[in-house]
Amino acid sequence: MSPVTHLDVESIRADFPILTRQVNGRLLTYLDNAATSQKPTQVIQSLVDYYERYNSNVHRGVHTLSIEATEAYEDARGKVQRFINAPSPESIIWTRNTSESLNLVAYTWAEANVAAGDEIVTTAMEHHSDIVPWQQLAMRKGATLKIIPETENGRLDMEQAALLITDRTKIVATTHMSNVLGTVVDVKALADAAHAVGAVILVDAAQSVPHMPVDVQALNCDFMAFSAHKMLGPTGIGVLYGRPEILEVMPPWMFGGDMILEVSYEDASWNDLPYRFEAGTPNIADAIATGAAVDYLEALGMDNVWAHEQKITGYALGRFAELEGINLLGPQEIEDKGAVLSFSHDSLHSHDLGTALDQLGIAIRTGHHCAMPLIRSHGIVSAARASFYIYNTEAEVDVLIDGLKEAQRYFSKAGIA
Amino acid sequence: MQQGLGELDELYQEVLLDHYRNPRNTDRLDDPTSEVDAINPFCGDEIHMQLGLDGDKVASISVTGQGCSISQAAGSLLTEIVDGKTTTEARALRELFREMMTGEEVSDEVADRLEDSLALQGVRRFPVRIKCALLSWSALIDALDKVAPAKP
Repeated sequence: MSPVTHLDVESIRADFPILTRQVNGRLLTYLDNAATSQKPTQVIQSLVDYYERYNSNVHRGVHTLSIEATEAYEDARGKVQRFINAPSPESIIWTRNTSESLNLVAYTWAEANVAAGDEIVTTAMEHHSDIVPWQQLAMRKGATLKIIPETENGRLDMEQAALLITDRTKIVATTHMSNVLGTVVDVKALADAAHAVGAVILVDAAQSVPHMPVDVQALNCDFMAFSAHKMLGPTGIGVLYGRPEILEVMPPWMFGGDMILEVSYEDASWNDLPYRFEAGTPNIADAIATGAAVDYLEALGMDNVWAHEQKITGYALGRFAELEGINLLGPQEIEDKGAVLSFSHDSLHSHDLGTALDQLGIAIRTGHHCAMPLIRSHGIVSAARASFYIYNTEAEVDVLIDGLKEAQRYFSKAGIA
Repeated sequence: MQQGLGELDELYQEVLLDHYRNPRNTDRLDDPTSEVDAINPFCGDEIHMQLGLDGDKVASISVTGQGCSISQAAGSLLTEIVDGKTTTEARALRELFREMMTGEEVSDEVADRLEDSLALQGVRRFPVRIKCALLSWSALIDALDKVAPAKP
């Protein structure tokens, strides 16, 4: 590990055209990065380059454009592979997003390997996309879904995990970092527990891969899912990593062009990995732009990205302590906590807060964060969330805190806070 | 032009704030004719509505819920205006309310008919919050559809 250097945030910000935008008369303060990140010129330009210079279908033609497009598309796969230290490019499957990656596993591996009486273990801090596919699978198969609870201080209850993962467990599906609490889960420990009982582990890494060094081999996970749009890349493209030995025997899900080896009117055989899981013309442009996003993050260094976010989150935690009536969700200490601060207000609904902050040019997330069971387990119906990334500054945290104070003054005067 | 939170005054009018602070008609009905739960899936706002019909008339109505000031105040305001109306009149009011939320300036006549719910007019300028104001009105239609389907 190289020594951590500070990010040059000023020059990073210069790469993001959107950050000069005015919203309601103020400079945009973009603090909704856990929903989606902004995109640097380098990523936007890679999309333009593709469409202007070598737009063509992949894996088909013998003409120059098709060869260039295929090379760039596969090159991007290689970048993603190295970024998460996957063992081979064939273990990287392009999908539409994290949700599709998770559903792919639910409809292929799990469909073939989970039976009545089996158990699926997930956690109390999952996004809906890592709960609902397993609920549906459990219903289809007559399997049982078990939930590892959250501790009082916002961590995953690893003692309960040890009890819940049993000989009947077929798959453990866990987040790597909660999109609401910011909690970083000890995936390696869960992977060891899963493997000890012959189960596989699937990791929803939508919130971790963009923000910290992630090594699928060190974590020893069998599947990992994430989206490009939360890591400077475009929307509409995601990744499923699968352990090669598992992918090799996993049945295909969608059928069509590119995923076949040979087709007759009666039958078909399947192409090699990873194409077996990429039916039809893929999202070529966005895959290439994902490669550009990975280049951008690699140049910064993921250790540095994580260090920057730890610093800004620590600063924000300190400043939040000044606020009255605001209750932070999740871990209150910086250790193993990502750059996500969710909070509720004693009397104000998050939407009212969010509308007020928007008037001040501040973009935060409000609502249930696609994690209704988690939000309700905290005895609330909605929360506000500020989440940070490489271009955010402590000065922006100050803007947020001042904005929250101003909103509180406004609603207090209105008699509802 | 830099603006402060003064722009919010149009949204958070006093009538709305009053209904949010002190929602009306929240007592549960003993024997409702119709009952529905409405949830806004995007934000999780919840409205629980009970209707007591006497023939074709809304004889009693109760709204409770959890959510933002707009959704909850709109529910409370709705109970005041719908109480005592026929089911046909209640449906017509919903159309007027929806027009106010999504359409042009309301006429004086429509303003009169919407009574205090007119205070929600300012929500129009905050398009993302319109669904908050409409939630209880959708609940009303669902509750009516269950027991008194719209007449052709």
